[in-house]
Amino acid sequence: MPTRELCIAALVVVTLACAMRAQAQSPYGIGRSATPAEIAGWNIDIDRDGNNLPAGSGSVSRGHEVFDQQCASCHGAKGEGGLGDRLVGGGGTLVTPEPVRTVGSYWPYAPTLFDYIRRAMPQNAPQSLSNDDVYAVSAYILNLNGLLPADATLDARTLTAIKMPNRNMFVGDPRPDVKSPACMTDC
Amino acid sequence: MGGAVLAGGLAGSEALAAGENADNLPPNIPEWMKTPGDPMGSQLYGTPSPFEKSVVKNIPKDLPQYLSASGRTPLQDLDGIITPNGLFYERHHGGVPTIDPAQHRLMLHGLVDKPLIFTMDDIRRFPSQSHIYFLECSGNPEYEKPYGKTASDIVGLLSCAEWTGVSLKLVLQEAGLQPGAKWVVAEGADAAAMTRSIPIEKCLDDAMLVYSQNGERLRPQQGYPLRLLLPGFEGNMSVKWLRRLHVAAEPTYSREETSKYTDLMPNGSAREFTFYMEAKSIITRPSGGQRLSAPGFHEISGIAWSGHGKIRRVDVSVDDGKSWQEAQLQEPVLTRALTRFRLPWHWDGQIAVIQSRAIDETGYVQPTLAELLAVRGENYYYHNNAIWPWRIAADGEVTNANA
Repeated sequence: MPTRELCIAALVVVTLACAMRAQAQSPYGIGRSATPAEIAGWNIDIDRDGNNLPAGSGSVSRGHEVFDQQCASCHGAKGEGGLGDRLVGGGGTLVTPEPVRTVGSYWPYAPTLFDYIRRAMPQNAPQSLSNDDVYAVSAYILNLNGLLPADATLDARTLTAIKMPNRNMFVGDPRPDVKSPACMTDC
Repeated sequence: MGGAVLAGGLAGSEALAAGENADNLPPNIPEWMKTPGDPMGSQLYGTPSPFEKSVVKNIPKDLPQYLSASGRTPLQDLDGIITPNGLFYERHHGGVPTIDPAQHRLMLHGLVDKPLIFTMDDIRRFPSQSHIYFLECSGNPEYEKPYGKTASDIVGLLSCAEWTGVSLKLVLQEAGLQPGAKWVVAEGADAAAMTRSIPIEKCLDDAMLVYSQNGERLRPQQGYPLRLLLPGFEGNMSVKWLRRLHVAAEPTYSREETSKYTDLMPNGSAREFTFYMEAKSIITRPSGGQRLSAPGFHEISGIAWSGHGKIRRVDVSVDDGKSWQEAQLQEPVLTRALTRFRLPWHWDGQIAVIQSRAIDETGYVQPTLAELLAVRGENYYYHNNAIWPWRIAADGEVTNANA
């Protein structure tokens, strides 16, 4: 192959490689950049380690007030359940024929309580409670379950530090776990 | 109930049934041939015949509240494998939001090179694709009695549609995944801000961002204007009204994947992240609530599906499980879609128990309820894919044989 053609071939290869590299960055050029402020406004995910928990705090006693106003009509005055899930008790029942799955007996991670209350509760006005009040209601529900003293105050650090009783009882998916013979005759 | 009474092979001149008018039967000319019908445009969006008004979603009458609730597809009244959009099953956790697509945004952030925000017009600019997939709620049905009377009562949290949208993989690549990206946390724009974590392998495989269903834009109940669709995974994970994708190293362990959608075993342990819906089938005709009007020929027909791929075979028993025979599968047999099966049958008028058993392309065999309970116990709540038998009485009445 003459030198000139070799050069052209090499140039084509380099150009293609550059083009593919640019493509790997943003193949279609669709959408616009999300700003840190936009992300901060929408990202309300709290993981099991409490990452992204906001500043603020709330006491069990304040939580009692908020719970009476915002939660008790569905979850019962003491979290015993009603239109909404039962939130309290059930310890020791998970191996019985009538398991009672509550925050205290079943939930593996305390920060999930903050995450869920903030994003979805109260059902008629989600994302209406202040962060302080979400900490407070979380504190009261944990107190009702015997997991926090009545004079306690919760914040990002103390909520994350709470070890839920059922934490170590979750396992992965072993399925297929049921084997059935495909019997055709004289079954 | 539409389709509730099956024709039993009428012979000779007809006896008049309730609501019939001899003036419209042979040899007379029916009244609807003697005058013009409704003019063009009398229905700008077509609806079913008024004679099919009983074929509607199956909504329980006695729920404590209807904001976090589910409604079922009337499977026993449908043919084929595609669920009409108006009859697609529903499950929402904070009601059905009314979203203006012009004001809807999808945010993609976390472990990506370039966090992005997309409008609906942006999403529709990506290369599109269409696939037929089933969608099934993982709690369909529970393991404990009562199980219900009809096929809809038992497994009606199941539907199937042709979905059009964009491969999630393309959208993730647009932002550029960073090393350590193992999960994507999806969030809905509903009043529950419903959140589930999806393993990155699924996101880079067949996961879709969907904007159309059976040719038209998604219905509000199905996530208008945008939803996630994870073929073969429990329905709860196909987050509706999708507004945010958070790429992360770990799951978020949301309430919906810890306190709910986990499976309690007899020893008190609980299985989490139980994504796949295993192979399953049910006879929809004849099925509970219907009646065989007379002995003679009756086609047995039903649906089979597997989250693990294609249905390889469906067996049917008409003798209470003593013997089984292979049913005919209606083409197309598609991966992670409903497959229609049929078996010609001559009912001799005696008491009979009929049931179907699906086998998928992995060789997995749909188990009996007893086999499931023996391994999982009655505290297990989700992922009940048991064989479901129907009992046919001597008078032709069909009832749930497990009830």
